[in-house]
Amino acid sequence: MSALEDLIASGKPVAGKADGARVVLDQSRWRIMAEHLAGGIYVLSGLWAEPGMVHAALLDGTSGKLAIVSLECPGGSFPALSALHAPAIRLERMIFDLFGLVPEGAPDTRPWLDHGRWSVQHPLGAATVGAPRRQYDFLAAEGEGIHQIAVGPVHAGIIEPGHFRFSANGETVVRLEQRLGYTHKGIEALFRGAELAQAAKLSGRVSGDSTVAYSLAFARAVEDALGVAVPQRAHVLRALVAELERLANHLGDIGAICNDAGFALLQAHCAILRELVLRTAQRCFGHRLMRDVVVPGGVAADLNALAYRELATLVKEIRQRFPDLVELYDGTASLQDRTVGAGIVSPALVRQFAAGGYVGRASGRAFDVRRHVCYPPYDQLEFEVPVLEAGDVNARVWIRIHEVEQSLRLIEQILGLKVEGATHTRVPSGSGEGFALVEGFRGDILAWVRLEAGGRVARCHLRDPSWFQWPLLEAAVEGNIVADFPLCNKSFNCSYSGHDL
Amino acid sequence: MELIRELAVQGGEMLLVVLLAPLVTGVVRKLKARLLRREGPSVVQPYRDLLRLMRKDVVLADNASWLFRTAPYLIFATTWVAAALVPTFATGLMFSWSADLIAIVALLGSARFFLALAGMDVGTSFGGIGSSREMMIAALAEPVMIMIVFALALLAGSTQLSTIAAYMVSPAVGLRVTLGMAFVSLLMVGIAETARIPVDNPATHLELTMVHEAMVLEYSGRHLAVLELASSLKLLLYLSLIACLFLPWGLAPPDASALFYAIGVAAYVAKILVGCTALSVFETVVAKMRVFRVPTFLGAALMLGFLGTLLLFVSRGF
Repeated sequence: MSALEDLIASGKPVAGKADGARVVLDQSRWRIMAEHLAGGIYVLSGLWAEPGMVHAALLDGTSGKLAIVSLECPGGSFPALSALHAPAIRLERMIFDLFGLVPEGAPDTRPWLDHGRWSVQHPLGAATVGAPRRQYDFLAAEGEGIHQIAVGPVHAGIIEPGHFRFSANGETVVRLEQRLGYTHKGIEALFRGAELAQAAKLSGRVSGDSTVAYSLAFARAVEDALGVAVPQRAHVLRALVAELERLANHLGDIGAICNDAGFALLQAHCAILRELVLRTAQRCFGHRLMRDVVVPGGVAADLNALAYRELATLVKEIRQRFPDLVELYDGTASLQDRTVGAGIVSPALVRQFAAGGYVGRASGRAFDVRRHVCYPPYDQLEFEVPVLEAGDVNARVWIRIHEVEQSLRLIEQILGLKVEGATHTRVPSGSGEGFALVEGFRGDILAWVRLEAGGRVARCHLRDPSWFQWPLLEAAVEGNIVADFPLCNKSFNCSYSGHDL
Repeated sequence: MELIRELAVQGGEMLLVVLLAPLVTGVVRKLKARLLRREGPSVVQPYRDLLRLMRKDVVLADNASWLFRTAPYLIFATTWVAAALVPTFATGLMFSWSADLIAIVALLGSARFFLALAGMDVGTSFGGIGSSREMMIAALAEPVMIMIVFALALLAGSTQLSTIAAYMVSPAVGLRVTLGMAFVSLLMVGIAETARIPVDNPATHLELTMVHEAMVLEYSGRHLAVLELASSLKLLLYLSLIACLFLPWGLAPPDASALFYAIGVAAYVAKILVGCTALSVFETVVAKMRVFRVPTFLGAALMLGFLGTLLLFVSRGF
């Protein structure tokens, strides 16, 4: 038995499904878990709470097994995982801000999402009215000639808000510290008591560029909770929209990274291809970003023969035009000079943080939910998971380039699958708990949901891949020059909205 | 009578550059947009922007000193004078006696000095970053300009632009390695001085990568309009300088008839258009370089200028 299975066996299963149920650990087991996490025996895939209880999602990288464990905290506190395992730091700060549960022994007790501007404190916990404004101290970087550069939250370009505090020695970055939380929307509070249809819509609005992946994660979690079997045709269509979303985002990203290196030519061409994808999506699914297409129980759209032809033409068009752009990227020396060797993330850090998506795969972490925690229809489809070791901006661009090619391959296969039948099945109104891990374009999105009797959502947590990628950006920029930060940042392209909840 | 005519030509030249400068910026932007298969704003958009900025209120930081408020005008004035010294369509201008390459370098240097001071005046981090980067570039670009001046002055026997231009169209000039080196060197330093890709990106929205834009980030309203006009003028100045030094054909000689002036203006417009096109294509096909790569770039320019001067000494047998 693996260490993860041991841990689960030692816990008390919560009443519900026999297989894959959540287990409640005692404090000593929770501490052992922290040691395992620090030792890299399995990885932390999520950490969240509800009043009086914290939950952690654990992932065994080799077997692809995902488990949810909980710890009851009647005293309003729990042993901090972050004392041993750094990736938990921001998640525990978030838990304190939202629920008021105190992580005991945490190395960093500053607020994270709560900037002292909410009308209540701990809105999902005690919700005490009135919030004292506390001074937020950035971490110090001391030394001769070290100066601070404060950037954001309002930027010169039209991008999401986030504050970046650089401590620099001349042009060289000594320390970067992020401050996020400016786009906090109270997603988790909105989920409480929401009707299923309403909650499904909400899940698609957590992070706009990943709307398909988010609604897919939520839908799969609900189906897991209620034991709903989705028709095969729905699985296939879901994979189709997910791959189209990945395609559009990767194309946009490749161009945007090049634009941040002052090479607007590639962005112009990539933007044309991205626009082609979005317009095809508009015609086939009625929405450019395919929002609200994936719903619990299946999909809310179907394709006719004309749409199939349009999608086939789209794939052909991109297959024809994309290689030239790759060649332009690879053959422009001035561009390569910027991307190669900039913003390196070490494989050890990526493993420790279990960073998913292109950030992880560019630094040697071969993990893709579609392959390693396989969900249908990817078990029937052929695709490769590209992995590189360099960990620099160039590697993250190349991972995207390869994934564009793989997505095209997947779409072709999906279009070739002749699966007929229903696209939707009725979701019974019941109660239960479920979770799902889904591969969005940024990486693995975790969804955990508890439904109460009557089919309303009691509690839902959606964990964005950026939680484990943002901290790595701080590490990637260290030792680089200040002027290279935008390039590194764009190559990560982390979500603000998904992270700020 | 003579004086009036000279005044008219000189005044015409000064007005021409200041009126033409925003158009040059507009044309470059339009060409770059078309190269990216975008429609792009109209070529007269910079004029509209200037008008819009002129009508807007000025927002000043609380701690802005008199320097911050006067710097835009000083920068504009020095740049305009420098631009007026470069023969555009006619040589033998009224200011010819002072139309000295060294004077132009000095005027641009003063403009930069005030801009860097203004960038640091309000005390924001971006202004400081911009000023420090600008000074790093300037420390490397100015010696290059001086080297180019040396090389040309040794050849033509004068630092006066009219004399050099006249020498360059005369049969005495021949095909010289020094000229080629000075030309490439001037192109490189021109790109750095006018804050174009690959040294700086005039279209960027990334505050951390800016050089020129970072220094003017705190400016608004008429101050910004004047600064925008000054940087357009600087671009035109460098295009004119390259045209005057290395493509001096068509310049109207002193005391020429109206026909020569007409030919001069037409040739000038054509040369600037060629320059704009070359600049747009170049900016489209290269990425911006790392900030610390700029010294290497300008170092190469300096070496070219230096070698050009040295070769001249060797061939002359000093």
